[in-house]
Amino acid sequence: MITVNHYLLLSAILFAIGTFGVLTRKNAIVIFMCIEVMLNSVNLTFIALSRHVGNMDGQIFVFFVMTVAAAEAAVGLALMIAFFRNKDSIDTDDFNMLKW
Amino acid sequence: MEIILFYLTATVAIISAVFVTQCRNPINSALNLITTFLCLAVFYVMLESPFMAAIQIMVYAGAIMVLIVFVIMLLNLGLAVKERYTHGIAGAGVLSALILFIANYFIRAGEATGTGGSVTSEVISSYGHTELIGRAMFVDFLLPFEIASILLLVAIVGAVILSKREV
Repeated sequence: MITVNHYLLLSAILFAIGTFGVLTRKNAIVIFMCIEVMLNSVNLTFIALSRHVGNMDGQIFVFFVMTVAAAEAAVGLALMIAFFRNKDSIDTDDFNMLKW
Repeated sequence: MEIILFYLTATVAIISAVFVTQCRNPINSALNLITTFLCLAVFYVMLESPFMAAIQIMVYAGAIMVLIVFVIMLLNLGLAVKERYTHGIAGAGVLSALILFIANYFIRAGEATGTGGSVTSEVISSYGHTELIGRAMFVDFLLPFEIASILLLVAIVGAVILSKREV
């Protein structure tokens, strides 16, 4: 029998993997994809708890998380293209123009 | 039967998530990310939320991943160089293991309260998941829905302005 704890533990594992990727990778697009993994693990938590509690509110939250992820994808990738045009790289080590 | 499916899908999801963080070619990371999304869609079906599974595949594995793969191929990125900063990787590993253990502790510490709501399996099978979602979204959450549409409009305008050569 699958309990809600199985889903919560799985999403904790996925969130930890996403955190590791965000902190270790240097390619900005790969960091972006690791953030997507973290967002999806939170979505899984929302839906599992929504079913466990017997309430639709968690699933509506997942909708809004997806909206924010889509907006983030549009703006973030446009930023990366603009950055690549200036520096010919999207390595995060080159993102130091605001350093003083 | 269901538990075997759960463990198989969970294994695939975790392995592909690890490959997202470890592949040197960003395209391979993107393909592994799509595999993770599909596994999560399987979980949503197992949680009796078929509409969320369809949205997961259409919006995430469809729209967002097309955008990411498009940008990767447009920028023509090469292979990532091997990471040299081992202390950074060790610190990140310690931090993510800490997150995992704290989450594990809280999950095992207690039970979810407030259970026994109105949406049970019988209600879902008699009304249909899509109708329940629509009712919740357009009755209880109408104002956040409208705010989300404004957010998307702002994101479109921002993306156009950011990717223009001269503003």
